[in-house]
Amino acid sequence: MEVTMPSRKWAREEGTEKRRGGDLQRVGQKVKAGNGGEGRGRRSAGVGRGEGIRAEAQRGRRITVLQMGQKKWFWVWVTASLFFRLLVIYFPQNLNLGSRPEVATPITSLRRLAEGYWLKQSFMSPYAGSMYHGSPLLLSVLGPLTVKRIEGQPSHLICSLLFLLADFVTAMLILAIGQKLQLAYRQSLKALKVSTSEILSAGDIAALIYLWNPLTIVTCVGYSTSPIENLMIILTLYGACSRLAPLAAFGWVISMHLSLYPAILIIPVILLVGYGPDAPPRKLFLKRNFGTDGNDPSNLSCYQGNEVATENMLPIRPFLWKPVLHFIFWAIIWSVYVLVLCSISLKQYGGLWEMFKRTHGFILTVEDLSPNIGVLWYFFAEVFNFFRGFFLIVFHVNILFMILPLAVRLNHRPCFLAFAYILISSMLKSYPSVGDSALYLGLLGLFINELADMQFSFFLFCGYVGVSLLSPVMHNLWIWRGTGNANFYFATGIAYACLQIILVVESIGAMLNHDRVLRKKSTACP
Amino acid sequence: MLFLRSILFFLLLSHYFFAPIFSGSTEEEEFSEELLLKPLPDRKVLAHFHFDSRAPPSTTHGRHHRIFPKAIAQLVQKFRIREMELSFTQGRWNYERWGGFDPVSSANAKPPGVELWAVFDVPSDQVDSTWKNLTHTLSGLFCASINFLESSTAYASPNWSFRPFSGVLRYGALPREAICTENLTPWLKLLPCRDKAGLSTLMDRPSIYRGFYHSQRLKVISTESGSEDRVELGILLEQTLTVVLQPGELQPSWSLSSIFGRKITGKCVLAKSSTVFIGFERNLISELNDLWKNNEKNWVAETTSGSWNNPVFQLSLSPGRVIEEVNNGHGGNSAILYEFSIENYSDYEPFDVSLTWKRPLFWSPPRAPFHVSRFLMGSGNARGSIAITLKSTELIKGFMGDNVIKDGCKVRIDVFQVVPWYVKVYSHTLQIFVDGEAQIVSEIIEKIWVSPSEDRVSPGLMEMFLRFPCNMKSAVLTIEFDKGLLHIDEYPPDANQGFDIPSAVISFPDFEASMHFLKEHSSESPLLSKFQEKNRVLSYTEILLVPLATPDFSMPYNVITFTCTVFALYFGSMLNVLRRRAGEEERFLKSQASRKVGPLPQLLSKLFGKLRGRPAKASQSLSPSSSILTPKFILKVLLVAGIAVAWHYFSE
Repeated sequence: MEVTMPSRKWAREEGTEKRRGGDLQRVGQKVKAGNGGEGRGRRSAGVGRGEGIRAEAQRGRRITVLQMGQKKWFWVWVTASLFFRLLVIYFPQNLNLGSRPEVATPITSLRRLAEGYWLKQSFMSPYAGSMYHGSPLLLSVLGPLTVKRIEGQPSHLICSLLFLLADFVTAMLILAIGQKLQLAYRQSLKALKVSTSEILSAGDIAALIYLWNPLTIVTCVGYSTSPIENLMIILTLYGACSRLAPLAAFGWVISMHLSLYPAILIIPVILLVGYGPDAPPRKLFLKRNFGTDGNDPSNLSCYQGNEVATENMLPIRPFLWKPVLHFIFWAIIWSVYVLVLCSISLKQYGGLWEMFKRTHGFILTVEDLSPNIGVLWYFFAEVFNFFRGFFLIVFHVNILFMILPLAVRLNHRPCFLAFAYILISSMLKSYPSVGDSALYLGLLGLFINELADMQFSFFLFCGYVGVSLLSPVMHNLWIWRGTGNANFYFATGIAYACLQIILVVESIGAMLNHDRVLRKKSTACP
Repeated sequence: MLFLRSILFFLLLSHYFFAPIFSGSTEEEEFSEELLLKPLPDRKVLAHFHFDSRAPPSTTHGRHHRIFPKAIAQLVQKFRIREMELSFTQGRWNYERWGGFDPVSSANAKPPGVELWAVFDVPSDQVDSTWKNLTHTLSGLFCASINFLESSTAYASPNWSFRPFSGVLRYGALPREAICTENLTPWLKLLPCRDKAGLSTLMDRPSIYRGFYHSQRLKVISTESGSEDRVELGILLEQTLTVVLQPGELQPSWSLSSIFGRKITGKCVLAKSSTVFIGFERNLISELNDLWKNNEKNWVAETTSGSWNNPVFQLSLSPGRVIEEVNNGHGGNSAILYEFSIENYSDYEPFDVSLTWKRPLFWSPPRAPFHVSRFLMGSGNARGSIAITLKSTELIKGFMGDNVIKDGCKVRIDVFQVVPWYVKVYSHTLQIFVDGEAQIVSEIIEKIWVSPSEDRVSPGLMEMFLRFPCNMKSAVLTIEFDKGLLHIDEYPPDANQGFDIPSAVISFPDFEASMHFLKEHSSESPLLSKFQEKNRVLSYTEILLVPLATPDFSMPYNVITFTCTVFALYFGSMLNVLRRRAGEEERFLKSQASRKVGPLPQLLSKLFGKLRGRPAKASQSLSPSSSILTPKFILKVLLVAGIAVAWHYFSE
């Protein structure tokens, strides 16, 4: 079993720098999380080359001590990130993030929500005019908080605190998902008898990436409702990972209600609920079992010496219909519940039809052409009116086109499939914001072990830094100084879209490659 | 039965309301022309032409009119207009210097550009379509782009703050419309004598367009009377032209010929009356009274050799009548109008009155209770805020008396504001400051009606009743907005100039601007009876110029191709990644190496070979034609052709 991963010596990815020696025994690593240079260092003593059981035992103990220390550091960094958010919340006037096009879109802007609440308080439909396009439920929850002022405190303080809490809960759920995925990964590797280098605790890293990502921080303090949307999406994934059908259904229905695009997550959620968390392809297990049965004469010789493998058959996880039906049942219950609540709150104001027209219809028809980090606003500002309908269909169908192929290729990795869907929809959605990228970059951390061999990770990291620096500059040049024009800002939007394309393509490629390598390793003769 | 009774009631009501207008009119169409000349405190001269045409409800004339313009009568009949006002204005009325509390300014000071409002007598679901037709008709009638008001984003339906008609009133304004002679000529065509005779001969185009302010206005009021089956329509058409002219560089003295360059050569023979008034304001008279308080002699009556003379000014002609305003408690001073009838003037003896000042006199104009101005705050093309400031002119104290100013005293101010949809106003950000201190909004606002703007559908409308304390010095209202980005087709030709937000209307319903005259004076002159009506004091604010961010107008193709390239890149690379399988590459490469060369590369290699002058390698017994014409290929071609034919057939 001395097959080593054909890994590159250096593998960097967004926010994470990982060094890995080819030698399995030498563990020397340093993980940096966070883009802004804030990171955490993890050091472990180099362990000498394996020399018997004593050394092994010593190493085991060291690792537990190391993990204890890591846990402590993890919580320190989590609290630090929350305090950092509090600090930024207290300088809201200087930053004025709530009106940045990158942060607050027409769908997620808290300012528009306050306007919707004002209209509702004045006995008008919250959807009167083209101001508010969010959910009526969000309006009833967040609306009263927008008008509450505490003397001497920044306005919208309570909302900001709520978003901070949402961020924290999201990070914790990511951590939990990461632990589940890690467990599943370890089990499957063990079952396949593939040894790799040490497995990083992906949950910790992902949670810290999510918390310390400047994009998340900006979204959290920038008066946008994206943290709530992100929380609901993560809640869906968590519920599906732990097979809590009601929770998963709740998250899915609410997130779909809030921003429509998470509707496509139903496929990964059903796969998650049916098969359980990510694992190598099922064919691999089948093949392995098949091979050990001794029916394949060519492989028989390879496995003859391996007595242990023949003893325990590899667990092939069947598709469980019961939890899936459970999930669907709960999804129906929750959607009926949400619709009833919405119709009660909009009874006098046009009812549900008005709501769908103003929220999901607004998302689908791209009516608001005010600049954002996507490319669609400029496209639809420039495109000839008689082609508008055609291109609307093309762009939205582009999201749907990829659902089936991805589901076919990645059905054994539903969590990663969900990540890919989220990434694609945040790239092609009508009103993208950095809150969406905060979510998928956090999720990217979950697959740190699998995506270690991803290409262009350094380039992508630099690209994200570059775009997030250039985009405000270009916006300033165009809107405030008037020295640039719209093309300046649109160029950063194009660059951002290209980066996302490279990220999604490369990550999917790396994941497929990882499965390929696993298969090679597991089928190779020892 | 109820219906009948309501109609009867309505008829009675309308008769009651509009009876004064047609009182004393026999069943005859009437036309009268009047001109009011008024010195302004800043040594300018206000000339206010007032032409009044009446078509009383009659059974005898039917659709035929003697002097009433047929175009207007048809307009009123076709669109069932109850009331309509159209004004073309250039320049801004200076409320501080020219006054804002007299009948002339409250009725004739109009916002720059075109303003149109109309009240219709049609069911409320037909009002919008009627309005659209009306704008097109007026656009043709007056050679102006009034048809731009047709779009639902350009007009609003105010409920109560503009006029007390709800539902059937439409209001629209075009702030950028340029006014010129092409608009004046059709307007003059509505007069029976055009500008060939009568007072309108004074309208020398260069003179009146040289002025500081120029507003031509047309107001139509119609009344219905008669039985149910036969409705008689009485129409009152009021045409006014208000100009503010500078008499000379230094001399405040003027004559008709010096400011207009023409003289009046007689009346329009069709006019019932043709009168010129020279008016002196209340404050001017009070200054004169103060000046001559110690003097025993009364300054008013001094006539020497045909001219009207006193130590301060001299009128070259002696007025036919001196009309004094009936005092109604304005501190003992009342305005004076000198009336000149031009019945007796002709080509040989043209009418040319002149006013000569003998000594400088300073007086303050009758100001509105608050000086109103509106401006934009903030920079950049992303957002900003609109501020409306109200500055007290200390009129309230004089008006209500010092002892009235107590804590309980409140003054009401109505705000009516229409903003285009691309200025997205956040109503919840409305802030009110009184004397620099922020107030709780709900305490100041008595009533508010907001109709928020809808993208590409309707403009934002804001109507407010505000109550401020009487002893307030100043007040500021601010409201924030975001600027939208428009589609490339929605920008006007000169997009970088910015967009105009129409004026807001601030009215002071506690105050009424009216002058009272003796019955014998006012009954003869439509102008004076107009002055006697209770006009609401209102001020139009400035037009705001909002610059909007513009896309690159030369780039549509580039943007489309770039964006589509990005999407194609995504789609292609994604499919490529998903399609690739382990070991497939090697197999593919192997098969590639062993496979025969396809027809197209072979052709290309042949071509290159020929170009290079070398004979092409003999192909290995492969005829290109046969490889192209495989059944599969033919099937494909047929399929595509079939689809094309079917498409063509169905799309026809």
